[in-house]
Amino acid sequence: MIDLTRRTAADLADALASGEITSVALTEAHLDRIAAVEGDVHAFLHVDREGALAQAAESDRRRESGSPASGLDGIPIAVKDVLTTRGLPTTCGSKILEGWVPPYDATVVTRLRAAGLPILGKTNMDEFAMGSSTEHSAYGPTHNPWDLDRIPGGSGGGSAAAVAAFEAPLAIGTDTGGSIRQPGAVTGTIGVKPTYGGVSRYGLVALANSLDQAGPVTRTVLDAALLHELIGGHDPLDSTSIDQPLPDLVGAVRAGEGGDLSGVRIGVVTELGGEGYQSGVLARFQESVDLMVKAGAGVVEVSCPSFVHALATYYLILPAEASSNLAKFDAMRYGMRVVPQGSTPDFRPSAEDVMRATRDAGFGDEVKRRIILGTYALSSGYYDAYYGQAQKVRTLITQDFATAFGKADVLVSPTAPTTAFKLGEKLDDPLAMYLNDLATIPANLAGIPGISVPSGLADEDGLPAGVQILAPALADDRVYRVGAALETLLRREWGGPLLDRAPDLDMRDRRGEASA
Amino acid sequence: MRTDTLLSFEEALEKFDPALGLEVHVELNPATKMFCGCPSAFGAEPNTQVCPTCLGLPGAMPAVNRVAVESAIRIGLALNCEIAEWCRFARKNYFYPDMPKNFQTSQYDEPIAFEGWMDVEVDGATFRVDIERAHMEEDTGKSLHVGGSTGRIHGADYSLVDYNRAGIPLIEIVTKPIMGAGEQAPDVARAYVQQLRELIVALGVSEARMDQGNLRADVNLSLAPRGAGGLGTRTETKNVNSFRSVEHAVRYEMQRHAAILDGGGSIRQETRHWHEDTGVTTSGREKSDADDYRYFPEPDLVPVAPSREWVEELRGTLPENPTAKRARLQTEWGFSDLDMRDTVGAGALGLVEETIAAGTTPQAARKWWLGELARRANDTGTDVTSIGVTPAQVAAVQSLVDAGTINDKLARQVFDGLLAGEGTPEGIVAARGLGIVSDEGALGAAVDSAIAANPGVADKIRDGKVAAAGALIGEVMKEMRGQADANRVRELILDKLT
Repeated sequence: MIDLTRRTAADLADALASGEITSVALTEAHLDRIAAVEGDVHAFLHVDREGALAQAAESDRRRESGSPASGLDGIPIAVKDVLTTRGLPTTCGSKILEGWVPPYDATVVTRLRAAGLPILGKTNMDEFAMGSSTEHSAYGPTHNPWDLDRIPGGSGGGSAAAVAAFEAPLAIGTDTGGSIRQPGAVTGTIGVKPTYGGVSRYGLVALANSLDQAGPVTRTVLDAALLHELIGGHDPLDSTSIDQPLPDLVGAVRAGEGGDLSGVRIGVVTELGGEGYQSGVLARFQESVDLMVKAGAGVVEVSCPSFVHALATYYLILPAEASSNLAKFDAMRYGMRVVPQGSTPDFRPSAEDVMRATRDAGFGDEVKRRIILGTYALSSGYYDAYYGQAQKVRTLITQDFATAFGKADVLVSPTAPTTAFKLGEKLDDPLAMYLNDLATIPANLAGIPGISVPSGLADEDGLPAGVQILAPALADDRVYRVGAALETLLRREWGGPLLDRAPDLDMRDRRGEASA
Repeated sequence: MRTDTLLSFEEALEKFDPALGLEVHVELNPATKMFCGCPSAFGAEPNTQVCPTCLGLPGAMPAVNRVAVESAIRIGLALNCEIAEWCRFARKNYFYPDMPKNFQTSQYDEPIAFEGWMDVEVDGATFRVDIERAHMEEDTGKSLHVGGSTGRIHGADYSLVDYNRAGIPLIEIVTKPIMGAGEQAPDVARAYVQQLRELIVALGVSEARMDQGNLRADVNLSLAPRGAGGLGTRTETKNVNSFRSVEHAVRYEMQRHAAILDGGGSIRQETRHWHEDTGVTTSGREKSDADDYRYFPEPDLVPVAPSREWVEELRGTLPENPTAKRARLQTEWGFSDLDMRDTVGAGALGLVEETIAAGTTPQAARKWWLGELARRANDTGTDVTSIGVTPAQVAAVQSLVDAGTINDKLARQVFDGLLAGEGTPEGIVAARGLGIVSDEGALGAAVDSAIAANPGVADKIRDGKVAAAGALIGEVMKEMRGQADANRVRELILDKLT
């Protein structure tokens, strides 16, 4: 029998349904895997062994009584630590929320629980989702399972690494500027950012409310569709959630997985490639395009001229919204509280003194940097020049997409300009770090859906690269159809999943001994 | 406390023209809060009506309360406003411990209602107040600062915060600058707030009690040299919690501004606090460009876009136009112009109306609200609307008078009992033993002893000077401790002496 942790969620769902395995055994296998590799990977901030096993036991009882809560009932999942979980710590990777246990579940978590998925734990992330490497986590970085000296992407590096390292078959990520897709690309996994409003944001601790979107992190396109259908759909608690049914995503995967792309028009975005992109990343991207053409797709080159301003626009809108969102962390009601010491013995700190000291100690440098940027961008006298102007460019970017989708059904580009870089390499150079999201940010600004599918390993470093597929808002089914087709075409080339080529983490200790 | 120099009101008016601006916050009374499903009832145990959203917990999101929007639209329509076809909420960012999110969700430059007016009656004449906007926002939590001398956060030993109020829907109604009121400026300000309150009550969208903070007024005032036109630098006076305070605060600020300007000084643009007890304003926070709330559209909420059909449907639910209503009531009640003006001026129109609706005659209702109760309100520095007696209670008292159980004089003691929270009027009459003595034997004995004690007066009556009976009636009433029917006493005296 194949190791339970290496099987896909769709396969495990069948195995659970047929009684071949139990959820307890499955969950235990993943908890054991976590115990074995977490020392190297550090994908989790909190593992809930007891809770997960209790939920698995309940799932098995439901299965026994013939009333599973959903098709994925009993399949364990990891949740990014930016979603609130009742009774489980939620830190957002920040010291300021250390020890906070939310009294309520995010809607996504409510739906996972209702569907019977045992929650393994909460995954590591850049503090408040600000970063592209998970190095900005206040609790230490996550390591890329392909090369432990490298970053797993970010902000959702924990979720991507957990799935890539077979610690979880499924995970939830959130994507504000690429935080699901870019970690997917650099860890050889699948990441989907749904249409804005497609998945409820209630209980997602906001980074930038107008950009954030939760979505699936998986090892196959089909698994992503199964998970997406489970967490998506309207939620009255989130007024920005879309009040209409999701498209048939699993059906779209079925339509694509044969590898036939006849009649599909693929648009290659001129502005998302070329200079600044690693040669191996571009080579794998071109191969993917060629494969799709061979499978019947038509290819057009499309230009989105406003995309050159996307990064600047993003780094005005995001900090502006974030600066306001993060104001609530003031030590008054929850989280960390630092009471400052005065210079005189009778010093009595005011509420403002406590707020100031707590925020100083509780937030990391990247968070402070963005609060300052955002506060500045919203200041009276600067608002029109910065935030106001950024909103106008955002409209232009949306219009560029509309024009492009007039010529193509989906748009494609490399997901990230490079493969995983070394831990620490860009930590002192925020702008270099920001450039990693160049290709993913436009989709967030326009609210459209996107998927990252592994495109192969770059020749120069042997590390995974990803191809991004974008579709118009509400047409999430298109990214699944084309994503599934590309996945099939590439696997035919590779003779199996890309992750089969990842180094075996279990072997690492022996390797270490050998080199010592 | 530094004493301000004031110019006399008359001199201030000789030299300057006042411009008023009123910002009135109305706490709406839908069953739930503005952005979550928590109950909004007043008076619950602290922090029992809270949820992740109104506590500002990480991850929680707002969703707009449709009933609050409906109330806002109805207020806007009643104020003859345009109703926005599309408007958004914004975040007003500032740090304060009783603000859960450290921003207030409020409509900023896209109010739900704008460009309206209200005709205000002042001393029988009509004064039109232009309304700039009515917009929706949420209330903050309520802080209680314990210890220290000022009751303010600075210097307090500790502070308690009740978040039950956080997220209660508010409507802020802002006037355009009110010019040309001249000497009537204080009266216009008061009349506007009073009549706005009546409108709100008639709409049924708020309890609108100033004493409970359901209705809060900020008074903006500036002076410009007489006849020069334009607007001077304004001050914004807060903490004005009664109609009379509105009037007094305007008068005070007019005199204070005038003295400063007349002495060659200039007005500081600032927030001031009204002190009910001393009748003065003191400087609060300086208002300047440093106040930067960094407004931006609330990204967690979709725009509010009321359909025209809905707006028209709501227009159909509006109460009668206030001016027409006043004219109708005056005719129905048979009030003189003066009676009506006094009633409106005291802010008692609604109270009188409700009392009449409860079965009292218009004259009796007016008598209590504009007489006894207005006097008591005045003595305690409050308004009749906040005095703590309801129209139903007044009607009950009057029906006891009508039944001969008590007289007007005894009724005053019943009001004492009501204000002291002693229960219903009937209960108070029983408990305090206030009923009129109808025992003819006891009355007759009292009359006899009064006649015996005042032979001179008795003789005058026997001589036909019936008016002299008053002295004997007074004697008997005193003997009976007021608990007698004066008319019956008079009959008995005249029976015995004529």
